[in-house]
Amino acid sequence: MNISRRHLLILLPAAAVAWKYVEAGEPEASPNYQMSEHWWGMLINIPKCIGCGNCVRACQTENDVPDGNFRTWVERYHVTDTEMTTPEVISPDGGKEGFPVAQEDAGKYFFVPKMCNHCADSPCTQVCPVGATFVSPDGVVLVDQKYCLGCGYCVQACPYGCRYLHPTKHVADKCTLCYHRITKGLTTACCEACPTGARQLADLKNPNDPIHEFLKTHPVEVLKPQMATGAKAYYFGLDGSVR
Amino acid sequence: MKDAGHLFRFAGLFVVAFLVFLVVRAYVVPKTFGQYGHYRGAAIGEISQHPVKFAGHQTCEGCHSDISDTKTKGAHAHVNCEACHGALYQTLPAQPPPKGNLYERFVALIVPPPPPAPPILLHADDPATVTPVKPDTLVLCARCHTASAAKPKGFPQVDPAQHMGGVPCETCHNPHSPAIGSDTGASPAAGGAK
Repeated sequence: MNISRRHLLILLPAAAVAWKYVEAGEPEASPNYQMSEHWWGMLINIPKCIGCGNCVRACQTENDVPDGNFRTWVERYHVTDTEMTTPEVISPDGGKEGFPVAQEDAGKYFFVPKMCNHCADSPCTQVCPVGATFVSPDGVVLVDQKYCLGCGYCVQACPYGCRYLHPTKHVADKCTLCYHRITKGLTTACCEACPTGARQLADLKNPNDPIHEFLKTHPVEVLKPQMATGAKAYYFGLDGSVR
Repeated sequence: MKDAGHLFRFAGLFVVAFLVFLVVRAYVVPKTFGQYGHYRGAAIGEISQHPVKFAGHQTCEGCHSDISDTKTKGAHAHVNCEACHGALYQTLPAQPPPKGNLYERFVALIVPPPPPAPPILLHADDPATVTPVKPDTLVLCARCHTASAAKPKGFPQVDPAQHMGGVPCETCHNPHSPAIGSDTGASPAAGGAK
């Protein structure tokens, strides 16, 4: 074959583009899992939470969360009758080792487990300058840590404080709703470890999920509904003092 | 028209620059970027490859059906195995990360990628090698059942000092079905849970 210099110049860019596609390969996927068939959320039943910290420890174990950072944490609220809007909130080490014993007094106590709300219209994904964080087709807010620059915009944008910069990877990190588990038919580590069933993974697209019956018959609330984030962590028994 | 050649050469320069842009862009934009949206579609698959550490109670029940039979009769029926026993796994030596494409290798020269999570061997995969540690009930049970005004009123709670005085909980209670007399035959302790 006789290729002139002119033809070679035309062919080279085309070959370069083609080679790039050969190298890239196909994305991996979990077998038997169809993203389009799921829309994940979480149901958090506040009256059931005993503040044991099992969820926090399980999350740290399962996801290698560095000490001092949390993908999920538990807050303890103490609301007195006259200080409804200024509750005392504590979360020692994210509630990982439980909470100090509380004595009966004029107020009420309750625990609020917190985590990423996996918002459908999440502010954190909208501010990412490089497309490293996104809402997956099955409704989970994820971070592509190979693509993340570690600029921290998303950490600032999350109204729930659910993100942090990983101290050694220097990229944004957050709850993945145990994506590696739920795509294999398992529940999240926090739900698996919760002794009282205060957390329940919910598949809002699955008509057989008990979440539908619960939502139909119980009053539920999301955190900061005025932010219109499309939060999918549904709280049952949420007190008005929770921010 | 004799000077029009300048314009054509200039236009040609633009065409070449545009082609160079296309080639560079094809290299630096990952293939799956834009597959589902403004992000790298392959990231979803990569995230789902993270190793599972909590095997799930269904896995435990596959072998320990006697325990699950005991559990279903008692108050701990809905407490999953790993809520108390924790995730039973062993970390294996890290594997070298897979070789990326040209662009990824180039980027890795400038920004070293985070090391991948080391592989995990679960107790469920190799029960002889990965052996469980028996939890200390004085610590474990107290975590949930220590009395506190902050806990829900209906939840069974005790003052550990008054209730057991350092005697391990399993002396009287079977942790898998904790009601007294259910199968330990012991009598209720003072200040016990209701």
